[in-house]
Amino acid sequence: MLFLQLFYAFFKIGLFGFGGGYAMISMIQGEVVTRHQWLSSPEFTDIIAISQMTPGPIGINSATYVGYTAVVNAGYSHAIGVVGSIITTFAVVCPSFILMLLISKFFLKYQKHPIIASVFNGLRPAVVGLMAAATLILINQENFGTSSFQVITSCILFIGTFIASYRYKVNPILLILICGACGFLLFNESMPSFI
Amino acid sequence: MNFYIKSFLIFFRIGLFTIGGGYAMIPLIENELVDKRKWISRDEFLDLIALSQTVPGIFAVNIAIFIGYKLRRFWGAFAMAAGTILPSFTIILAIALCFQQFKDNPTIESIFKGIRPAVVALIAAPTFKMAKSARINLYNAWIPVVSALLIWLLGFSPIYIIILSGLGGYLYGRYLHKQKTKKEDC
Repeated sequence: MLFLQLFYAFFKIGLFGFGGGYAMISMIQGEVVTRHQWLSSPEFTDIIAISQMTPGPIGINSATYVGYTAVVNAGYSHAIGVVGSIITTFAVVCPSFILMLLISKFFLKYQKHPIIASVFNGLRPAVVGLMAAATLILINQENFGTSSFQVITSCILFIGTFIASYRYKVNPILLILICGACGFLLFNESMPSFI
Repeated sequence: MNFYIKSFLIFFRIGLFTIGGGYAMIPLIENELVDKRKWISRDEFLDLIALSQTVPGIFAVNIAIFIGYKLRRFWGAFAMAAGTILPSFTIILAIALCFQQFKDNPTIESIFKGIRPAVVALIAAPTFKMAKSARINLYNAWIPVVSALLIWLLGFSPIYIIILSGLGGYLYGRYLHKQKTKKEDC
């Protein structure tokens, strides 16, 4: 049953994932965190961090990771976890293959068709909303902490990273490494506390 | 070398060395397939990229599928898609296996406590960039605002938002078309 659910969830993500990697984050979050609770919110954030630092699209990365983790968390062995990750990765690319076979029949006529153009006029603003929702959902106690020290530090890291990325286009990997180092220095219990 | 093995290896290499998904892959694929091997022309390549952007799914995989299909039908698409997927599949699987053991390690946890707010900011920043390229203005700003609030506060599935907005765009387009033909009739 779990395997069917995993397949169905990632098939839907592949089928409705318009607008690139970041828009897909909202879709994956909706299925994996909100609906099925296969991952907690911080676990999901951690995968996005790992995806940013490793090669490969976020869609594939999260499918593989969730497939494995959800199965192992349900009490199965590591080997069956690997089967789970194969199922989810296959499921997320499956719609692309089906669409390819359909579209190749009309091929270039398809994208210049006025119906497709008007559908995309509706989709584009909604994708912006999806990305905003993904951000808002992730601003929570699990990611930003509960103690006032951690909340304040998290807000500073959030604002700093936002400005560095949006305004100065600093490489995201570098930003993740810097914030990871900050976390290590500030939150590690074996280190002497700064406050 | 067999065409399928060769194309698998090309996309495997590109998939292995590009961090940042589909858009980072485009110049590398162009260099390999258009400039070096001349498997497809530049115009065809650009058409395929445009097409890959209009279908749902993972952009990088869609590019591989459409180029592969153009060159060698289904198995061409299969070889190139497999090449794109396999590097990240293997790497993430290895990380998932290790991460299960390190998850509760306090040092790892402290590092991720610093990383998590940064990741949220890294999703927030492209939202504003996307708003610019989607030409959000005073008249259509309600669409992203309402969809974000529905998902965030009421727990709506993003899938419904996609279906509704696509349908809305289609109906609005038809309405505009009807208005235009009405005017032409008069």
